[in-house]
Amino acid sequence: MAPITTIHYLVVAAALFVLGVIGVLTRRNVVIVLMSVELILNAVNLNLVAFSRIWGLHGQVFAIFVITDAAAEAAVGLGILIAFFRNKETVNVDEIDLLKW
Amino acid sequence: MEPVATTFFFYLLSGLAILSGVLVITRKNPVHSALALILTLLCLAGLYLMLYAPFVAGVQIILYVGGIMVLFLFVIMLVNLERSQKEKQFNQQWVPGILAAVALGALFVTIYIKGDALFVRPEMRFPEAENTQQVGQMLYSNYMFPFEIASLLLLVAIIGAVVMAKKRI
Repeated sequence: MAPITTIHYLVVAAALFVLGVIGVLTRRNVVIVLMSVELILNAVNLNLVAFSRIWGLHGQVFAIFVITDAAAEAAVGLGILIAFFRNKETVNVDEIDLLKW
Repeated sequence: MEPVATTFFFYLLSGLAILSGVLVITRKNPVHSALALILTLLCLAGLYLMLYAPFVAGVQIILYVGGIMVLFLFVIMLVNLERSQKEKQFNQQWVPGILAAVALGALFVTIYIKGDALFVRPEMRFPEAENTQQVGQMLYSNYMFPFEIASLLLLVAIIGAVVMAKKRI
């Protein structure tokens, strides 16, 4: 079989990214939408680490920053989710329309 | 250390990752989605190991699987999701959503086919034993300022999460 090159990893990352986008755009449950965002961030991370193989260590350092961001995003997002659930007893994205005029 | 059976492990890990990624976005029960996402993250950690990035792989397992996913499962247990499981799982604009995502995928494929030459470069050799040391040195020299900003971001996120989730301030 052909040896595994950077492009192979990029294709896997693109597939995961598209899956994440589908999840964000189509699901109603906020928890699963947040998980799809994590999927997208992980696809980006795989890209960065794959490129670090040919361009130097910068990609790995950046991947660590992305993981930090993902942690912050998950904490704040889930905090908002709990606050919202307390007020409206729902976790569906299309029922969250408090700011709609 | 020379890698063993790289091709086999690459296809195994990436296939598992994509399969459980599909499970994440199709399962009705959020707990099942979370468990599938954990499998995806573990497979990605394996891929990082194959790319000579052991530090990122370790951070992935400790932070993502051990931290963020526990947070997710905790919140799933905290909010009562029984009712939403009986409702429709996909919103009304799911057809345009999937079309947009497929268009994005086609864009990726075109770029990867047309710009093939961009991604073909000699691979660098990283000594695995010094990977953590090198990443740490970069974090404290080249990326000193972003590192400090990241700590500030985490502080803001902690305060924000507490303020959001508190009943009355």
